[in-house]
Formats: sequence, structure tokens, C-alpha cells
Amino acid sequence: MNVLAQAVAETPEVAQGAISATLATPKIDWIAVGPATVLIAGALLLIVTSSLAKHTKWARGFATWFTIGTAIAAGGFTFPLWDRVNHGRSSSALSNALHVDGFSVFFAMLTVCTVALAALVLDGYLRREELEGPEVFVLMLLSASGGIIMASANDLIVLFLGLEILSIALYVLAGSHLRRAESQEAALKYFVLGGFSSAVFLYGIALTYGATGSTNLTEIANYLAANIIVHNGLLVGGLALMLVGLGFKIAAVPFHVWTPDVYQGSPSPVTGFMAAAAKAAGFSALLRILLTGLGSRRLDWQPIIWVLAIASMFVGAVLAVVQSDVKRMLAYSSISHAGFILIGLQAGNAVGLSSSLVYLFTYAIVVLGTFGVITVVGGRGDSRHGLDDYNGLAKRSPFLAVALTVFLLAQAGIPTTSGFIAKFGVIRAAADAHSYAIAIVAMLISVVGAFFYLRVILRMWAGSDDHADAHDAGEAAVAQIRMPIATQFAIAISFALTIAIGVLPQTIINFADRALLR
Amino acid sequence: MSDFLRSYLTVVFLAVAAFALVGGTLSLSRLVRPKNPSASKLVAYESGVDPVGTGWSQSQIRYYLYALLFVMFDVEAVFLFPWALRLELFGVFGLIEMGIFVFILLLGLIYAWRKGVLRWV
Repeated sequence: MNVLAQAVAETPEVAQGAISATLATPKIDWIAVGPATVLIAGALLLIVTSSLAKHTKWARGFATWFTIGTAIAAGGFTFPLWDRVNHGRSSSALSNALHVDGFSVFFAMLTVCTVALAALVLDGYLRREELEGPEVFVLMLLSASGGIIMASANDLIVLFLGLEILSIALYVLAGSHLRRAESQEAALKYFVLGGFSSAVFLYGIALTYGATGSTNLTEIANYLAANIIVHNGLLVGGLALMLVGLGFKIAAVPFHVWTPDVYQGSPSPVTGFMAAAAKAAGFSALLRILLTGLGSRRLDWQPIIWVLAIASMFVGAVLAVVQSDVKRMLAYSSISHAGFILIGLQAGNAVGLSSSLVYLFTYAIVVLGTFGVITVVGGRGDSRHGLDDYNGLAKRSPFLAVALTVFLLAQAGIPTTSGFIAKFGVIRAAADAHSYAIAIVAMLISVVGAFFYLRVILRMWAGSDDHADAHDAGEAAVAQIRMPIATQFAIAISFALTIAIGVLPQTIINFADRALLR
Repeated sequence: MSDFLRSYLTVVFLAVAAFALVGGTLSLSRLVRPKNPSASKLVAYESGVDPVGTGWSQSQIRYYLYALLFVMFDVEAVFLFPWALRLELFGVFGLIEMGIFVFILLLGLIYAWRKGVLRWV
């Protein structure tokens, strides 16, 4: 009997048994799925209302405020969740497909913050570049919802869905500047390589399923705790492929090759969002898989993470030194930062994980602020990103110069900025775990990193402004920097948070600690 | 050979049969057919129409937009048919779920309509 006939023969019994009682459906915990649902609903509402509206000028401002409102509403959902988690009721929702714990709430809060800040910067950018508004905001909201789903997924398939929602929206966002060839190029490169890495990740899921018999992270963990796998090639292969897929998302060496081109080509506010939200989402998935699902296989993945961390820090910092384009330099620096965040994971202890979370949070704020400044300095056409364009910025716009100085110092890890707290945390965690080699490498790389950040700072404060005279065509554009009030606001928030976290780090450290406890 | 691998034996047999069939017919026709090559036989086959321009020539964007809309509703149908077959099983829950799914697609259609995709300019 062939398969089809078998299926036909079996169907009546199943159907008769089931018709009397309808399919058992999972109980939906609406508050648990709140943040992601609000973002998706907001995106749908925004795209319909803005396409039905007639005045595009009016629609643009509306889109910005609607996006920020949606982000705030989604953020509002995280507070009851945080409350619930803190009262010891960390739970799973949707028949164990989602985790509601401090970790997922932490990343939901981080994601909505990045959406709000990026939307503020995007507003001015779209006006300056005379681009159509609503779609960009819609895609950003959808992308953020994917990030939140990734962070709270307790099932590899759900995690993959989140990854795709996040990524597909980002591919389009990268190409959202319709008249810039670089933007289109970035979108195509990101799409081809991203699609490839998603396929590799999916294959990793398949192998893991083959080895453990489940895609649910809790069940994988239970299976691995109860069974000793004699031939573990399948599981290790699955682990390796999943690491490749997520390594691509977090831009860790050797899966970083797309980063410079995509970061450079994408519209500057989108790059900021990418560096903040997509990296955070990738890390949330990585931490979730390695700690919840494959926590018992630590000896398998710890050496891999060790190599990835050192390679990312080293390659990112060294290649950043030779860049003459600031966006490209920041892309390499973000690769280097991914290495630093991996140190916390490699240490594997509570301090390490908490400091990885702190690092992600502070880096997201700093990088959004940085790209806010870069957006403004980039000028009309989003093309003034050379090191020369930063010559004498302090004279042209002291506000931008001070803000960028603080952001770059934070990325370099100078005390009294949030970056110091972050770097100090991961290196201390490595020392606690007796991984002295990686701690020493991290400290040495920080010195290399300080060089290329300080180079930009030096040009801003000490560089002469004669660049404008050399290029007489662009003189007027360089002389006066137009700064939209919303962008100013976003930069000011990032600035304030960077300093505040640097001076009073205990709040954010406690936040991360409590996120991991539950 | 383990049971697991033996169940893949069918695939191996099928693959061998496929290669044998294609290879056999091609080599047979090579033996039988007459051989008189000409330049016009090397031209790319385009359903009997003479090919114009290169393979990289630009085509109308509206074909692409239509194809995209078609795929959207195609995928919708893929989900709708199995659901419709077992509607009793899924009950009210299934009805609402599918309603949400179709509604979201409908929003996409509204967007496409407002953007002028449905107009054949």
C-alpha cells in the first residue's frame, strides 16, 4: 500500500474521534505576547492609514509619532511582565513556545527603546532625503517585533520565525534609500548573504532535531540531561551550523564579511537600528540556545565562542584602524564589540552573562546616538562620511562634536561613560572564570580601539576646517549643519543615558542581574 | 545497514533510475539522430520567437508587481485549502485564526491598491 492510500485509510478514524471534541488549542497569554503583538498591530495600522491618507507631508510626521507611540505602548506591556517575572512567576506561554522570563522582558525593553530612538532620527533623515515615509517605519516596527519574538522564543522554529521577521524587514530597510546606489547594493548583499545564513541556521535546527528529537529548547535540555549521546556528530554539527547562522547576525568573525558594506551603504539611521536591535536580537537567540537548550554541552561550545570572541575583537579593531570612512570604521568597531560581548558568554558564569546584557544595552544606546550624529553630519545625500568631513566639527556644531566625543569615548571604554562599565564587566567575568588569556587580549584590543576612536575625536576638535574650501561645491553644505529637533532630542537622550549609566552603573547592572535571575 | 539507512534505499534506486533514464535516452538519440549543425540551431530557444537583445535587458516592473501579488494569494490558498477541509476540527478558534490571516493579507491588498499596483498603466 502506498503512502497516500494509507493516509486515506487512516483519516476516518482520526476524524471521527476528533470531530466530537474540537482541537485542543493553547491558552493564549495576551500580556505575554503583548509587546510583539502591539508592534505588529501598530505596523499594520500605520501602513493602512498612511496609504489611505491623501497628504503625504502630513503622513510623514504622523508616521514618526505613531511609531514612537507604538513603541511606548509595547514598552508599556513589558512593565506588568517585569512585575510578574519579579514575583517569581516566570512562565512559558503558547504551549511552551515562548518563554516569559526576565531575559525576554529585558530584550523587549531594549528593542522598544531602540525603535523609539531610531524613529526620532529617521524622521529628520526622511525629510532631508525627501523619501516616502511610512514604509520605513512599518518595516522597523515589524523588524523589532521579530527581535522580541527571537528573545522570548523557547522553540527553535519560533526562534527561526522571529529571525526571519527581523531579517527580511532589515533587508528592505537597508535598501530604503531609493536613489542611492550604495543603499541598493547593501540591500542585495545583505539579502543574499543573510538568506544563505538563515538556511545554514535552519539546517542546524534540523540536525539538532535529529539528534535530540525535539525543537523545543526545554525538551532538548531535558533530553540531553537524561541521555548520553554516544555518537554526537549530529548534535555537534547542528550546534556548529546554528552558531554560523547566529554568528552572521551578530557579525562575529569569520561571519562578518557583509558588515562593512551593509553598514556603509544602508541609510545611517537604519545602520544604527541594525547595529543596536539586530545585534541584540542575535545575541538573545545565541544566549538562549546555548544556555537553555545546550547548557549541558558547554564543553562543546565554549572553545568555539572563545575563538569567535578573540577573532572578532582582533579583526574588528585592526581593520577599523585603516578605514577612512567613518561608517565603515564603526562597522568594524561593531564587529569588535561583538567579540567583547561574546567574552561574557564564553565565561559562562552569572557575572559574565549579566555583563553581556549590560554591554548590549549600553552599546545599543551609544551606537544609536553615534549614528544619530553621523546622520546629521552626513548631510544631504547621506554621503559625507569620510574622516575629512569631521575636520573641525567642533567649530561648526559644538553640540554634535561634544555628543560624538562622548559616544566614541564610551565605545573606547573610557571611565565615566557607559562603555567603561560594559568593558569592565566582561573582562572581570573572564578573569573570574580564569580565562586570563581572553581578558588580556580584550584589554590590549581596547587600547587599539582607543586609537581609531580618538583619531576621529582629534579631527573634530583640532582639525582645521579648510576642507570646505578645498571642495568649493560642497562649501555651503559643510558650513551650516541643519539639525532637526527630533534628531537632537534622540542624540540628547542617548548622551544623557551614556553619561548616567557611566556615573551610576548600579541601576543597569541590577536590572541585568534580575533579568537573569528569573 | 541500519533500518534508518535502508529506508533511504528507495531514494538511491530512484536517483539511479533517473540518471539511467536521462543518460540512456540522450545517448540513444545521439546514436540515431542525423548531424548537420547550423548557426540558427545555436540560438537560445524562446518558444519559437526570435530572441531580441541580451539576457540582461530590462523588463516591465508591472510584471514583477503582479507576480508578487499572485504569490501572496497563492500562498493564501495553500493555507486555506487544508484549513477548509478540516474546518469542523478547528472550530471557532480556527475560524478566528484564519480570519486574522486573511484580514492581514487584505490589508496588504489595500496597500497595493492605494499604491496603484492594480492599475495596468
